[in-house]
Amino acid sequence: MGIREEFADLANMKTDEVITHSYVTDATMPSGKTIALITLDNNRDHKRPNTLGPLTLIEFGEALEAQRKRAAAKEIDGIAVTGKPFFLAAGADLSQVQDLPNRATAALLPKLGHRVYSLMHDAGVPTFVFINGLTLGGGLEIALNANYRTVNEGAPRAIGLPEVSLGLVPGWGGATLLPNLIGIENALKVIIENPLKQRMLDAKQVHELGIADAIFPSATFLERSFLWADSVLTGKTKVERKKIGLVEKAKWDVAVGIARKSLESKLGTVPLAPYRALDIIKEVKKGDIAAGFAMEDEALADLIVSDQFHASIYAFNLVQKRAKRPAGAPDKELAKPVRKVGIVGAGLMASQFALLFLRRLQVPVVITDLDQGRVDKAIEGIHGEIDKLQGKGRVDADTANRLKGLLSGTVDKSDFADCDWVIEAVFEELTLKQDIFAEIEEHVSDEAVLATNTSSLSVEQIGAKLKHPERVVGFHFFNPVAVMPLVEVVKTPHTDDATLSTAMVTAKNLKKNAVITRDTPGFVVNRVLAKLLGTAMHAVEQGTPFEDVVEAARPLGLPMDPFVLLDLVGLRVGAHVLDTHHAAFPERFHASEALTALAEENVLIEKDSKGEPKGIDKQALKIVKKFVPKDATPYTVDDLRIEFEDGLADEIKRMLDDNVVAAAEDIDLCMILGAAWPFHAGGATPYLDRVGASERVFGATFHDPRIEGPKD
Amino acid sequence: MAIDDVVFVDGVRTPFGRAGEKGIYWKTRADDLAVKALQGLLERNPQLPQDQIDEVAVAATTQTGDQGLTLGRTVGILAGLPITTPGYAIERMCAGAMTAVTTVAGGVAMGAYDFAIAGGVEHMGHHPMGEGSDPNPRFLAERMVDGDALIMGKTAEKLHDRFPQLTKERSDTFALRSQQKYAEALTRGDIQADLIPVSAYSDEGWRLATADEAPRPETTLEGLAGLKTPFRPHGRVTAGNASGLNDGATMSIIASGKAAKQHGLKPRMRMVSFAFAGVEPDVMGIGPIPSTEKALRKAGLSIDDIGLFELNEAFAVQVLSFTDHFGISDDDPRVNPWGGAIATGHPLASSGVRLMLQLARQFEQRPDVRYGVTAMCVGLGQGGSVIWENPNFKGKRK
Repeated sequence: MGIREEFADLANMKTDEVITHSYVTDATMPSGKTIALITLDNNRDHKRPNTLGPLTLIEFGEALEAQRKRAAAKEIDGIAVTGKPFFLAAGADLSQVQDLPNRATAALLPKLGHRVYSLMHDAGVPTFVFINGLTLGGGLEIALNANYRTVNEGAPRAIGLPEVSLGLVPGWGGATLLPNLIGIENALKVIIENPLKQRMLDAKQVHELGIADAIFPSATFLERSFLWADSVLTGKTKVERKKIGLVEKAKWDVAVGIARKSLESKLGTVPLAPYRALDIIKEVKKGDIAAGFAMEDEALADLIVSDQFHASIYAFNLVQKRAKRPAGAPDKELAKPVRKVGIVGAGLMASQFALLFLRRLQVPVVITDLDQGRVDKAIEGIHGEIDKLQGKGRVDADTANRLKGLLSGTVDKSDFADCDWVIEAVFEELTLKQDIFAEIEEHVSDEAVLATNTSSLSVEQIGAKLKHPERVVGFHFFNPVAVMPLVEVVKTPHTDDATLSTAMVTAKNLKKNAVITRDTPGFVVNRVLAKLLGTAMHAVEQGTPFEDVVEAARPLGLPMDPFVLLDLVGLRVGAHVLDTHHAAFPERFHASEALTALAEENVLIEKDSKGEPKGIDKQALKIVKKFVPKDATPYTVDDLRIEFEDGLADEIKRMLDDNVVAAAEDIDLCMILGAAWPFHAGGATPYLDRVGASERVFGATFHDPRIEGPKD
Repeated sequence: MAIDDVVFVDGVRTPFGRAGEKGIYWKTRADDLAVKALQGLLERNPQLPQDQIDEVAVAATTQTGDQGLTLGRTVGILAGLPITTPGYAIERMCAGAMTAVTTVAGGVAMGAYDFAIAGGVEHMGHHPMGEGSDPNPRFLAERMVDGDALIMGKTAEKLHDRFPQLTKERSDTFALRSQQKYAEALTRGDIQADLIPVSAYSDEGWRLATADEAPRPETTLEGLAGLKTPFRPHGRVTAGNASGLNDGATMSIIASGKAAKQHGLKPRMRMVSFAFAGVEPDVMGIGPIPSTEKALRKAGLSIDDIGLFELNEAFAVQVLSFTDHFGISDDDPRVNPWGGAIATGHPLASSGVRLMLQLARQFEQRPDVRYGVTAMCVGLGQGGSVIWENPNFKGKRK
C-alpha cells in the first residue's frame, strides 16, 4: 500500500493546501556518480515560502520511495533534497494543521511526517539535505532525518525549530533526533530556549552546533554541496560528528532538570508545549529513535487539538498579519511627511524618544526643556547611547556621526518652527501639557502634528487650548521604548485623517506596531492591567494571602505575577494608574491605599542577590496588613480566579461596546505586544471565552466560534 | 618593449546553455553565471593571492539588466573578492572576453597589474542580440554601412558571394567536422577539464549543468543539407553551419610572468602579441584575416610558425575564408582540433576566453607546438587575434 492509501483520511480531506512539489532531477558528479536531487518548490514567488501540508508530505514521500527504488536498482548513488531559491521550507502548513477536524485525524499528521521523513534513514544510498535558505520547524526536520546536511552561508537567520512557541513540539523527528545529534544542552537551546525568545539560528551557528556537516558560500552553495556529497560518496570526505557518549548522557537528566526549572520560573506551568518537548528530550537519552517518535506522535496529536495551539495560531496571525494592517487606519497616502521632529521634555522618556526617532527616521530631532542644563544633559546622554550602539556594532562610525549631527537641543521653542511632528513627554499634568501645546502652536505650521505620550490624561483635553485640535493625536509608547513593539495611537473626536495617517505611518517607520484606540481612560493596555492589578491589590487588602493571589492569577499564564509586575512598572506609577482608573470608573476599578503606602516606602518584592524576585518583602506585608479592615473576608483562590477572569471579561466587553478599539483582536494584540500576554491564551479574549468567563459575564463569547481545539 | 611577460595562468567556463525559455539557464542570472565561473576559477587556484588581483575585467555585449552595472565590479563583489579589488566592464561584441584579456595584458605589460581577472558573459536568452540598441540613422542614410551589416547571418551570406569557391557544401562539411571533433574531445575528457558545474534553477527543480547544451553529435551531412536558410531564400547559411544563440560565461587569470612564478602558478601560455583590425561591416567575418596578419607582423612571425589555431566559428564560411586566405586546407588538423562554436555554442562576449583555455589545454598535450593563435570576427567589421607561446614547447627553437 502506498503512502497515499495509508493516509487516505489526510489525502482525501477537503483542502486548499498550497502544495510544495517534489521535483526530481539527476545530477552527474565528477566521480561519475549520480545524485537524484529533490527540489521542494511550491512554484510561488518569494513572498510565499514552501510549506508542508499533508498533500506536500505525501508527494515528497512518493518521490523518496521512487528514489529508493532507483537506488535499489543501482541507478543512483545518492539522494539529496533542497528547496526553491531562498527557502528549504518554512515548516508545517499551520492553516492545514489548524483545520484538522478531530484528534483521530490530527494523530495521523505526525505519523505521516515520520513515515515520509524516515524514508531518508536507510534509503539504500546516502541521503543529503542542502539547507539553502529559510528552514523552520518541519523544514529543519527534513534535514535532521537525512544522513548528511550542508548549509548555505548566506541563508538568513531563520533556521530553527520554533514549534514550542506556537503550542506544538518538533514532532517529525526534531525532538528525538536533535539531542542525539548535537548533544543535550545545545538541543535544549534550539528546541526550548530559542523559540521562547523568538530567536532563530544563522547558518554559521547551524554549522558550529553540528546540525550541518559543512557550510558553503552562497554563490556556489549547491555546486559545492554536490561536490562535497560526491566526496562523501567516494569516501574521500569522512564526516566527523559530536559523540553522544557516556559523558553527554551523564549530564542529560541534570540539563533537562535545569531547563524545566528555568521554564517554570519564566513561563509558569500553564503552557503545555515546552513541557511536552522536555518530556521527549529527556526520554531520548537512550537513543531509542522509535520510542522518541512514538512520544512525538502522541504529543503532537494532543497538542494539535489543544486550545493552546489554536489560541497560539490566532495570536501568531494577529502579530504577523493584523499588526501589519491595523484596523481603522486611514489611507497611507494621506500621511504628511515627517522631515523634522521636535520633542518636548528632556527627561528619560524624552531621551528614549529622541534616540528612536533619530535611528529610525534619520531626520533632525530637536529636544527642548525649560532649563539649558537639563537639555545639555539629555544631549550628552543621547550621545552616550549612540556611542554604546556604535560600540556594539549596531551603527557604524559614519552613522553615529550622522545621528549626532541630526540632534540638537534648545530652550527656545521657536526652534520648533519647521518641525512636522512634535511629541511631548512632560509630567502628567493636564494644564502643563495644554499650555505647552498652545505655546508650540504659536511657532509651528498649521499642519504640524502634535503628539502626546500621555498614558492617563484625555488627549482631547490636552488639545483643548489649540486653534487646530485636529492635528492632535495620542502616541503612547511602552517602556523600554526601544524594545516594546507597541504604540497605542489615540484618536480624539477632532483628530483628522491626515494626522491619524501620519501617526500610523510614523509608528511603522519607527518599526512599531500601532493600534488605534479611542480617547478613553487608560486606552487599552493600562486599562486591562489596571483591572488586573486593582483586583490583586484589593484582594490582599481584603486579607487574601499574597501567595493565594499569585495562585489565582496563575492560570492566565501571564509573564509575571501581579506583584512582580507592579514592581517592574514602579509602585508610584502603578498607584497612579490605579488612581486614575478609579477616578474614571469608581464602581469598577479599585484604588489602593495600600499600594500608595507601599510606593511611599518603595517596598514590595524581596529579591535575591541577582535581583530575581524571591517573594513578598516582610515590611510590605506589614504595611498591607494595616489596610485590611476588621470585617474583611479573604478570597479563596478559586473565587479570586473567577473574580480576575470575570473582571477582565467584563471590562473588555465594555471597551468593545464603547468602541475603544475596532475588535477583540485589537485588545489581544495590544496585550500581547504591550504587556507580553501569552500566545497560548491568545492574549486575553480566547482564554476568557474558553474558561467560561464571557458566558458568565455577558452570556456570549468574544469569538464565535470560539478560538479552541476540536472537542472530539 | 614590455617590461615583463604576460601569461595566461588558467581559464574556466560554465557549460554553455541554449538561449531561450527551454535553455538550462533561463532562470539563472547572467551575472551569477560570471560569479560561478569566477568562484570556480579561484577555488582551483588557491595559490592565487586574492588581495593582489589588481583588476577584474568582464565583458558583455548588452550591458543592461543582469549584465549591467559595471560587471567587473559587481562580479568581483558577488564572488567574494576583497572589497579593495577594482573592476570594470568591457564591450567589443563577440570579442569582449578577448578584449578583456588583451586590455588587462596591456596593464600587466605596463607594470600596473600583477594579477588580473579577464572574462566575459552573455545571456542571449535574457539579452537577444542588439537588444535596446539604437543605431545612428546616419549609418544607413549616408550609406556608411550596408543595411545587411547589422544582421550577422546576412554578412555570412555575403562571404559566400564574395568567395564563390566557398560553397555551402564546404561549409556544411566543416560544420559536421566541428560537431565530430567536439564529440571526440568530449569522449577523451578534454572539454570537461575546464568546465565549472553550475546549479540552475528551473520550475521543475534545480539542475546541475555539467555539459554544454548546444552540441548535436547526431549531425549528418544530409541533415545539414536539408536545413532552412533563414537569411536568404536558397541561401547557404543555416542554423547547422553557424554558431547558435547561447548563454555562458568564461573567466581567466592573466598575470605577469614574475608574479605567477612568485606564487607558484604555472603559466599555461605566454602572450606573444595581439591585434585588432577593422574591415567592411557587411563582411565582418573576414575580420580575423587582417588582425592575424597584424599580430603576426608585430610578433615577427609568419603563418607557418603557428602550430594550432583556435578560431571562433561564428559561421563555417567565415572560418573557411580565413583558412583559404592563408592556404590552409578545410580539414587541417591544426585548426580547431576540438571543434568550435558551431558545436559548443557562442555566448558572444564570453567566447574569446573559451578559445584561449582550449588552446592552453592543447599546448599541454602538444609540446611539439610552439605558437598558437586565437582569433575571432566581430560584428560591425572587426577581427581580433592573440598569438600565444607554449611554455611546454620541447622542440627546437629557431
